[in-house]
Amino acid sequence: MSASARDARVESFPHAAPAALANAQQRRNVRTATTSIRARRAAVAAELRDWEQLRDAGAAIKDAALWRLDEALVELEQAVIAAGGVVHWARDAAEANAVVASLVLAEGADEVVKVKSLATDEIRLNEALERSGVTPIETDLAELIVQLAGERPSHLLVPALHKNRTEIRDLFRDRLGLPGLTDDPAELAEAARLHLRAAFLRARVAISGANFAVAETGTVCVVESEGNGRMCTTLPEVLITVMGIEKVIPAWRDLGVLLQLLPRSSTGERMNPYTSLWTGVREGDGPHAFHLVLLDGGRTRVLADRVGRDALRCIRCSACINVCPVYRQTGGHAYHTPYAGPIGAILTPQLEGERGAAGSLPFASSLCGACYDVCPVKIDIPSILVHERAKAVRAERAGVEGMSLRRLARAFASRAGYERAQRLARRLQRPVVRDGWVRHFPPGPLAAWGRSRDLPAVPDETFREWWESRARP
Amino acid sequence: MIDRVGLFVTCLADTLFPEVGRATVTVLERLGVEVVFPAEQTCCGQIHLNSGYPDEARSLARRFVEVFEPFDAVVSPSASCVALVRGHYRALLDGDDRGVPARVWELSQFLTGVLDADDAGSRFEGTLTYHPTCHSLRHLRVGDAPLRLLRAVPGLELVELPGAEECCGFGGTFAVKNADVSAAMLEEKLGNVLATGADVVCACDASCLMHMGGGLRRRGAATRPLHLAEILAS
Repeated sequence: MSASARDARVESFPHAAPAALANAQQRRNVRTATTSIRARRAAVAAELRDWEQLRDAGAAIKDAALWRLDEALVELEQAVIAAGGVVHWARDAAEANAVVASLVLAEGADEVVKVKSLATDEIRLNEALERSGVTPIETDLAELIVQLAGERPSHLLVPALHKNRTEIRDLFRDRLGLPGLTDDPAELAEAARLHLRAAFLRARVAISGANFAVAETGTVCVVESEGNGRMCTTLPEVLITVMGIEKVIPAWRDLGVLLQLLPRSSTGERMNPYTSLWTGVREGDGPHAFHLVLLDGGRTRVLADRVGRDALRCIRCSACINVCPVYRQTGGHAYHTPYAGPIGAILTPQLEGERGAAGSLPFASSLCGACYDVCPVKIDIPSILVHERAKAVRAERAGVEGMSLRRLARAFASRAGYERAQRLARRLQRPVVRDGWVRHFPPGPLAAWGRSRDLPAVPDETFREWWESRARP
Repeated sequence: MIDRVGLFVTCLADTLFPEVGRATVTVLERLGVEVVFPAEQTCCGQIHLNSGYPDEARSLARRFVEVFEPFDAVVSPSASCVALVRGHYRALLDGDDRGVPARVWELSQFLTGVLDADDAGSRFEGTLTYHPTCHSLRHLRVGDAPLRLLRAVPGLELVELPGAEECCGFGGTFAVKNADVSAAMLEEKLGNVLATGADVVCACDASCLMHMGGGLRRRGAATRPLHLAEILAS
């Protein structure tokens, strides 16, 4: 499905937010989870004396690949082919989905096991596979929960953040056919384990994403916590990896920097439990066929934007999401794509175009700057948000707001115009002001303010009027 | 030693919170600094830049640079506006900022960093909790300058604000474009402010104080929002 077709069905952020705000259970879960994870991140980042230098190095590594992306991708392709893999180039979601579906069908498989992957969420691969008669099985526990519930992930890293134990128990009872299941965490995990083990042993094809792909060696890297990803990358006969083209890094040694930054920033761990690295195929060890699907999906357009391109450095750690005060209130579902929070607010509009729901995302931020402080690859998210707002304004030609702000700017272009505007505000407010406060809010932005906040009136004497009266002898 | 400054009062304080501007003048003059208010000043352009209108912001930035170029130092009671001038003018003006942004100071940074006056000779009776606004904390990085000034005020009891570094939900037009989310953020902030039991919530930005103050008044809370300048002027 094209982005514009999807836009017709999705709500803009301000329209999607109230439902999320009304979900008290979800808000509690999000608050608890993000509060603890951000404290862990801060603690393990503070342990390293060279954390700031690591961030600089991380940014430099990603830039080194992005600034010569054309060469880096060809280098990667050659290395993968040399190691016995096959490389496919996909311009957009439709092409990527078609390649994957045809590879699965050619293998005669009617189900696949999946490693948690944002790229495949982004292109809605699961829906495409189902349309081709293939059943995708998510093997990351949280992704499995979300899939069984028929929902969408609410967090990059903790996709089922919005669900609690009782909800998961009911879901497993119903969907896994286990009526006697309790909400004991060990019992829930065991139920998922048994369900997944059977799938791992049956599966002939696995699908993964990639955290990094090393151009010089053709090595693909996936980091995870559960080990289910490694089951997928080692047990089936065919492994298909779908990766956004910005995941390529120049050299093997770069992993030394990025594998320090990623777990500390994402789960708040010094090291993640499982880091899987594979280079093509090897006789008698793991899959006998490896396919790498390189997905553009709007990324070259992002690369062409001098300000916005820094968003491509993102290593999907979700640190920005966990510190975001907006995400803290709404959770991820208000963002309409797998990329929630600050990174989603700068990435989605660039990938989909700054219109409709995607165009509303850069405005879903108070520009508080907490995201920039924690980003392990130093993406200046607040500046890109402002840049994306300008692009959204140009794309949507904001009517009344644009007119008002342009008139305001014209008034503020001279002292006389500015002072006239001050006097006009004081005169216009008269009917709605009592005791120095606005009592009735006219429809529009003032009404939106007035729903939850009072507003002081323009006082009888502005500062400059006071200054003039003071200067007079 | 700088003994004469231009005051950039900000359009918000000029129009809605003149007491903040007056207090800034009081503090600076008490410390022996001559204050000049160039009446040609209007707005730094933040409303326009952050709303997605960089061309309009650029015109206002040019005007700002022209108005304040003659001054060796410019002082403003808004961390947010100073952060914009210092952090964005160079790019906005294609490098043609005439060196003005580096001479623009937020009040607490000017007092502690330029005048080296941690004690502004103030006196204030009451308990106070300090909210470090996002732009003072993360964009301008004023650090503990405001707290050092507050700690030096006799009679003032500082109460720590839980979740202090969390945004209050203002964010300019964010407060009206995403009014529901903004209100939810404000609710959390005010819950923390009220939990301190302080008489006053203090900050370096009249805009965030307008937001928190408007929420406090709507709730009928007695906590007063006061700008750092107002405390120091007392």
